[in-house]
Amino acid sequence: MSERQGLRSLNYLNATVGLKSWLLTKDHKRIGILYLIGITLFFFLGGAMAVLIRLELATPAGDLVQPDTYNRLFTMHGVMMIFFFLIPSIPAVLGNFLIPLMIGAKDLAFPKLNLASWYIYMIGGGFALWAMLNGGVDTGWTFYTPFSTTFSNTYVIATALGIFILGFSSILTGLNFVVTIHRMRAPGLTWFRLPLFVWAHYATSLIQILGTPVLAITILLVAAERLFHIGIFDPALGGDPVLFQHLFWFYSHPAVYIMVLPAMGVISELVTAFSRKRVFGYKLIAFSSIAIAVLGFLVWGHHMFLSSQSVYAGVVFSVLSMLVAVPSAVKVFNWTATLYQGSISWDTPMLYALGFIGLFTIGGLTGVMLATLGIDIHVHDTYFVVAHFHYIMVGGAIMAYLGGMHFWWPKITGRLYPAFWSKLSALMVFVGFNLTFFPQFVLGYLGMPRRYHAYPEEFQVLNVMSSAGATVLGVGYLIPMVYFIWSMRYGKRASSNPWGAVGLEWQTPSPPPTFNFVDSPTVDHEAYDYTVRPGDQKVA
Amino acid sequence: MSQQQPSMWEDLPLFPDSASTLAGQVDGIYLFGVAVAVVFSLLIAVLILYFAVRYRRRHADDVGQPEKTITWLEIAWSVIPLGILLVMFGWGAKVYFAAMRPPADAVEYFAVGKQWMWKFQHPQGRREINDLHVPVGQPIVITMTSEDVIHSFFVPAFRVKADVVPGRYTRVWFEATKPGAYHLFCAEYCGAEHSRMGGTVYVMEPQDYQAWLSEASPVEDRVLSGEELFAKHVCNTCHYPDSAARAPLLAGLAGSEVELADGRTVIADDDYLRQSILNPGASIVAGYQPLMPTYQGQISEEELIQLLLYIKGLEPAEEGHGGSAP
Repeated sequence: MSERQGLRSLNYLNATVGLKSWLLTKDHKRIGILYLIGITLFFFLGGAMAVLIRLELATPAGDLVQPDTYNRLFTMHGVMMIFFFLIPSIPAVLGNFLIPLMIGAKDLAFPKLNLASWYIYMIGGGFALWAMLNGGVDTGWTFYTPFSTTFSNTYVIATALGIFILGFSSILTGLNFVVTIHRMRAPGLTWFRLPLFVWAHYATSLIQILGTPVLAITILLVAAERLFHIGIFDPALGGDPVLFQHLFWFYSHPAVYIMVLPAMGVISELVTAFSRKRVFGYKLIAFSSIAIAVLGFLVWGHHMFLSSQSVYAGVVFSVLSMLVAVPSAVKVFNWTATLYQGSISWDTPMLYALGFIGLFTIGGLTGVMLATLGIDIHVHDTYFVVAHFHYIMVGGAIMAYLGGMHFWWPKITGRLYPAFWSKLSALMVFVGFNLTFFPQFVLGYLGMPRRYHAYPEEFQVLNVMSSAGATVLGVGYLIPMVYFIWSMRYGKRASSNPWGAVGLEWQTPSPPPTFNFVDSPTVDHEAYDYTVRPGDQKVA
Repeated sequence: MSQQQPSMWEDLPLFPDSASTLAGQVDGIYLFGVAVAVVFSLLIAVLILYFAVRYRRRHADDVGQPEKTITWLEIAWSVIPLGILLVMFGWGAKVYFAAMRPPADAVEYFAVGKQWMWKFQHPQGRREINDLHVPVGQPIVITMTSEDVIHSFFVPAFRVKADVVPGRYTRVWFEATKPGAYHLFCAEYCGAEHSRMGGTVYVMEPQDYQAWLSEASPVEDRVLSGEELFAKHVCNTCHYPDSAARAPLLAGLAGSEVELADGRTVIADDDYLRQSILNPGASIVAGYQPLMPTYQGQISEEELIQLLLYIKGLEPAEEGHGGSAP
């Protein structure tokens, strides 16, 4: 195409060279790539632990690793995946890279703070890695007291400190996004012309700013009790163990929305781009992001229906949890309606997006079942819960993350990846995922508790199915790793707009120049304006 | 952990055994939830697949139809799910209340969880570890606490679960409906041997249960009776029948309303009695001096349960008669 000339010109990847130019960069796009390297490392570490967990559970007896080891494996799997992969994944990589491009800005509002956020993330990750290499931690990612404060002999403080430090990265990224979205939109880009990806990140940022400090406080209280025996949570010291659960879930339930709201933002972009159609009910989707962010702060007690909290508290938290399901359901219906009379392509990102809608629907509906008090009595703390949150976090957040990576990879690297392999791996991820986690719903209702190193024999067949599925899923995740790396050198060069999508990020070369746009864009139309055929609007 | 299983467990079980009065209620709301989930998941899946095929892109430059705003549709798919959700909420809450409120005629058992075992005590005094024998057709409420970390009492066949929290009493109740052997699990992660903290609940015909109760107990660690503990810790120095001036009367105290020195009125439930032994300064009864020492760390959870049973069993003395009970 006519991109050759553009490719020879400078872009953000080749504008400066050398390690120092990357480690001291203030370019949001390069920082996004730095995050990509960090989170990919943690994803594969967490994934390796999942492999060992599924291997152990292939047989009923605890025969592969010792119980202590197993407990550390599922703890570190959760810590790595949630705090060091999922929470930063879409916001810190794709959000960082795309928000300025999508709003027509040269960079985020605070580029140095953005780089500092990455260093803070890496330092936090370093603490967690250090703890892991020295033997790890065995409290579960939930750090329930008094086990974590008084009884565990593992590296609780080092791991918690890593999460504490990481939290500041999350807060600062959220702050940066909020200010950027308020102050740096291109002329004409009103709030209701913003891509829904930006709305979703705005809502996410609010949670990061308001929720993360509570996690930090909770970690400090745990450290105070563990180090100085100040009675806060341990009843032997005069504390209240259930207080910890309130504090922990006050952050950690909204944290689920930190993971899934950006995923919803990605899906809105993918569904519109590959249907070439304006999203159905733009405002409803935008507001539902905000509604989820707000309501998400009011439902933490649904993790505690059986914790000895008051039954009336249980009732209130149950009904509030039902309310938060409504905006999620609305989004699913709106995405589905967007497909109606669209021009739907089956490119790889769209396969991930459609997979997301299906899996997120199952995850959401089983979440509703968990919020139903009478069902939770039985399935609480069983594999039903494990299956549910993996449908949301893996079937939802990771599917969206991979869909987003496949969508914007040509923009990020200027290269295309092989269509066949990417479709094959998308299929493997979908099939492998369902085979891994669907049997766990059945296991949960049968009564298999979570975090069990050994289990009764009658649960074996379902566990073997799950472990087999995990193998397929694991290969499905490795294939993109290979062809993405391969494509950076050997992939076909991407045009500025390989998908024929609208959105400002597609109106600048791939990869974009350091300051994103050659001419500062102005906006005079709504998002997802596909009334013009892509062939007619192409800019030379 | 491998014991004989009820015969319906096959290689690929899909539904757990049902052996309590609550099981049917939980299964009812669960199956409703499954139906809702299946209907909506299929609806979405079918629509997605249909649209993806029906409206697949035929030419590279094709674009979709302009979007129409259909307000009634958006309202409908906000309101209809909300209605279904509220039905689930209401139905679920009803089952939850049934599960959380033991019937008045429930017989009280006690359980203490500790890393990594369950200790049970029957109303008749017989004690057992990890296994629990119960009669069929009798509502049973178990008052539970933990000596260390949080555990959770879970019998899948009964569809009951309740956390067992150190420093307080929690309760779980069930009425078994079918004799058999059922798994007992710890459902709250509690450390290294979490997955081995469990045993079997044996549901027996009442006459079998009586026979079992009358068997000689297997050798157990001996716990002093409540009366012995009361004497050992010299509680009777202050809490004796005519003690009114020095310490509150204990006979008839359990379950009554107590006015505290700080103006609060509390019910003297198990948690209150426990707290008043371990940390007496926290709630001083109106009209008394804070003289009582703390027993925190000096009495084990099992001993506390014996003391509680003893105190709850004290009959209010006849007026003017000392009686032998303190």
